[in-house]
Amino acid sequence: MSVAAKLTLDRVAAGQKLPELAYDVTATTVVLGALATRDWRPMHHDKDFAQKRNGVRDIFLNTPNLAHWFERYITDWTGPRARPGRMKFFMRGSVFAGDQMVFRGEVKKVETDASGCGWATLDVNVSVDGNVMTACTARMAIPTSPDDNPWRRKGDAWKP
Amino acid sequence: MSELPAEVAGWIGKKRYTEESEFDVERGYILTACSSVENANPLYWDEKTARDVTGGWIAPASMISVWCRPHLFSPGREGEGLALKVHFDLKQKLGLPEAIMSDDELVFHQPVRPGDRVRSYQVLRAVSEIKTTKLGKGRFWTIEVVYENQKGELLVEEKITGFGYKREMAK
Repeated sequence: MSVAAKLTLDRVAAGQKLPELAYDVTATTVVLGALATRDWRPMHHDKDFAQKRNGVRDIFLNTPNLAHWFERYITDWTGPRARPGRMKFFMRGSVFAGDQMVFRGEVKKVETDASGCGWATLDVNVSVDGNVMTACTARMAIPTSPDDNPWRRKGDAWKP
Repeated sequence: MSELPAEVAGWIGKKRYTEESEFDVERGYILTACSSVENANPLYWDEKTARDVTGGWIAPASMISVWCRPHLFSPGREGEGLALKVHFDLKQKLGLPEAIMSDDELVFHQPVRPGDRVRSYQVLRAVSEIKTTKLGKGRFWTIEVVYENQKGELLVEEKITGFGYKREMAK
């Protein structure tokens, strides 16, 4: 985290790629994620239900847990001083137990708003076997200098 | 083309289901959630970093819905506790037994902190005409959920788009 902790806006540029993250999803990953997000629906812990009722091959990651995977992936890159402003998810398919999911991301835009807050807009996605399952657009506040801290912003100084 | 039932049309733009979470935001859930995605961000694990950067412990922003999901069982409550009740109302009133979520937007304002009691309300923003997709025939709808803390400070605005459908009608 030492390099990421010092990430400042001057080190971010459109077209910059985030490091890939590959992760082997197991039944434990899915069930732990569902329980951590207090999602008791059976398609996230009961393979028989997922197959017979949903017509899919296995249990799959739930949306709130997948959102946290995206947040983790982005903040692995930005470090703790960056502050999430906005995230939008487009769900296209499911990530199942037994899949290897791969997160990829790219910086689309870098800007500073009228209050002096630095922003990076990122396109991020998670894919399985090269097929994008969920795409995400995220707007992250990035410190403009080593002394800047977007978490201190409130009111008119915080426009996510 | 089938008209939207008047009862459902009347829900559009109305604030419904103002609710308070069943328990205070707490670190146990925050750490369980971070563990589930191997999130090593020191904001959630290292007290000095949390104090220096965010003025104390906070919860990951994407955890917001966690605090408002009901327990599966709660004494005195009849039936299953449901999150996003407007979504289930729409499925029932429109006779669309299946549903998927197609997109979800979260706008983050003040961070959620341990000890907070999160309140939320839901607003149905739009319901589409009947559409046919590869899943079946149904309607898209957009529901806004607004989350605030016990002081009335805005935490998160969420906008969820779902598609309710009947599978057997897809021919």
